[in-house]
Amino acid sequence: MPHRTFLWFILPSLTAMILFIALPIVSVVVQSLFVEHEQVLVTVENCGPFGCTEETRVDREATAALREAQPLGRFNGLGTYFNRAHLATAELSAAWRESETIGAFFSQVMNLPFYKALVFTLSFTFIVTPLVLVLGLAIALGVNGLPKILRGPTIFFSLLPMIVTPLIGSLVLFWMIDAQGVIGATLQRVFDDPNLSLKASPALTWVTLFVYGVWHSAPFAFIVFYAGLQTVPAETLEAAMIDGATRWQRIRYVVIPHLMPLAVFITLMQLMDNFRVFEPIVGFQAQASATSLSYLIYSHLRGDVQQFGSAAATSVLTIIGVAVLLTPVLIRTWRDFNRKRV
Amino acid sequence: MKTMKKLTTLTALSVIFGASGALADCGIASGRVAILSNDFPALQAMAAGAAECASATVEVTANQTTEHRDLQVAALTANPAEYTAAIVANSSIVPLINGGLIRPLDDLIAQYAPNLPQLNKITIDGKVMAVAFMANAQHLFVRDDVLAQVGAQAPATYEEVLDVLAKIREAGIMEHPFAMNTAAGWNLGEEFVNMYLGHGGELFEAGGAAPAINNPTGVATLEMLAALNAYANPDFLTFDSNATQALWESGELAVAYMWGSRGGAILDDENSTPEVTGNTSLLVAPTVGGGTLPASTLWWDGFTIAANISDEDAAATFQALIHGLRPEVISANNNAAVWLMEGYVPGAPAAGVAATANAGARPYPMLPYAGLMHTALGNELAQFMQGQESAEQALADVEAAYIAAAREQGFLR
Repeated sequence: MPHRTFLWFILPSLTAMILFIALPIVSVVVQSLFVEHEQVLVTVENCGPFGCTEETRVDREATAALREAQPLGRFNGLGTYFNRAHLATAELSAAWRESETIGAFFSQVMNLPFYKALVFTLSFTFIVTPLVLVLGLAIALGVNGLPKILRGPTIFFSLLPMIVTPLIGSLVLFWMIDAQGVIGATLQRVFDDPNLSLKASPALTWVTLFVYGVWHSAPFAFIVFYAGLQTVPAETLEAAMIDGATRWQRIRYVVIPHLMPLAVFITLMQLMDNFRVFEPIVGFQAQASATSLSYLIYSHLRGDVQQFGSAAATSVLTIIGVAVLLTPVLIRTWRDFNRKRV
Repeated sequence: MKTMKKLTTLTALSVIFGASGALADCGIASGRVAILSNDFPALQAMAAGAAECASATVEVTANQTTEHRDLQVAALTANPAEYTAAIVANSSIVPLINGGLIRPLDDLIAQYAPNLPQLNKITIDGKVMAVAFMANAQHLFVRDDVLAQVGAQAPATYEEVLDVLAKIREAGIMEHPFAMNTAAGWNLGEEFVNMYLGHGGELFEAGGAAPAINNPTGVATLEMLAALNAYANPDFLTFDSNATQALWESGELAVAYMWGSRGGAILDDENSTPEVTGNTSLLVAPTVGGGTLPASTLWWDGFTIAANISDEDAAATFQALIHGLRPEVISANNNAAVWLMEGYVPGAPAAGVAATANAGARPYPMLPYAGLMHTALGNELAQFMQGQESAEQALADVEAAYIAAAREQGFLR
């Protein structure tokens, strides 16, 4: 295809990508370098139904003048990136100096919001992604072995967790694992412990979130693998059977290599999705025990005062995280692509 | 606290206000009324009352959502503003004032509600910026029958609350007799503020944004919160108002610290049994640590009118909102809130808020940086409540988180 034609073909999507992806990212990067103006404070008398008090207020005219002069705010360089809410370099080095054991150092690190969120996000990504791959493949092989008449309904029910909106799915599970709920009450009875609560202990909350993540994403892996299974060459399978390969050997040496490109694709999608884990934390009200990078961004922007600089810095760090995670997978794909071209 | 001490006086005062009769019909020629508010029965009644003003020339819409605080600044910054009125509380009015997004109401009051009592006027630096129409506070709810079973009196201090809870547990009546709104985040931050002010603490150094919570008073506050929640269901870090109300109505609690605005729904005959509703008493918020003031903060809800709209829309909005708060609306929804408006007869659901206000609880601080402190408290205290870190460490974390945020927002150097 001539370069000119190619350009015209991708122009619409290229324009959309620049407008809706590239420019917003540039804007976020710029915002992360600035912080709010110094607030000019004045003391005024506030009165209400409960009486009058002397209270501090922002001097709006003075602040407006500052904003007029510098609409973006004060330039802070990378200051926001290194403060306590983000990379916390000063706190890290203090923790390193003061802690006597590695354990003490890690407990100090886990006390910093960014690292706490990062550890959960990475754990979620690296525990849920492989489990989704394995479970998705197992379901696909299982469904593929069913008689034709049962396949339709089975596929539909297997897809349900993905069809349910994440927030709704997590809320339904949240109520089921309540101490009064079906699962919560059953667990208390089984383990004979009235204080057992999936919501109270951080470790159990993490496990709950991982289970939810696998439950929600496995159907995606399943449907992709199932589609792939329909294309496994029958001749190769038959040849393997004639050679005396067991069912397991056929899966290991014929089916899995055939599905490998799909596995790479699912890994790529899952790494990206799981690194952005957010809805289950809100749905399970798990913020006491587990926060993710996306949750931090959300929390910066909520409440009476919105911290745009903080949210922007965490967003940029998240983008960098996704890029680092995807690099090995992308390099592999690139190599495969080049090998095929030769 | 010199202007008023008694909510009953407020109500009596507002009776005079309704005598004008000027609010009998809307009388709006034309304009746009768009209300942004929180979502609970009292505000739904108000919005429905305001919607009666809709006509061929007057458009009335309302967006009632619990996420209103996250919308309001952006929505009112637009010109013309997306909403002509925002219903706010002590804390959520602050960003609107800081941004200059709401207009002074003095001229509108003079023209359309000249008899509005002083107590409804939220005055900032001499200008009326909001009209308060209801009050709220967290206070104690107790089950009289359970207290009688263990031979306990109604507790007046948190130390007595702990005694009562111990007796209930020892008697084997309930394993988890207590609850308060301790969901990690805003709710948990609010419980700290209440208990800390009850201990006589100040959140900030005098005259500035420097934090002042990392001290023995803060430690005592956290220790009391931990001692109380040892009697709560282990899920307590997920308890918001909906959760605690449901627990109370299902009869699983004997003592709870909840919002007064839930009183109406708790005492009505829906979702509960007569055994529970008939034995529920709403009491003043307890004092703590030998203090004299109840460990609670007073809140008002009021309406504000956007700055970035035409004068015509502002006048239409003001009149429609006053129409939505006229005595007939208030008396028809008497138990939905502790109203500060004419037509309100304080009933049983208001008893707790009135008693807490009368006992001199302080209003929630209307400071531009209070929201940052509240967020830091809500985010950083959960680990202490789970028993994973010491009170001192938790307070140091709150202080550090607040300072980082306040520097970024320009409140601290």
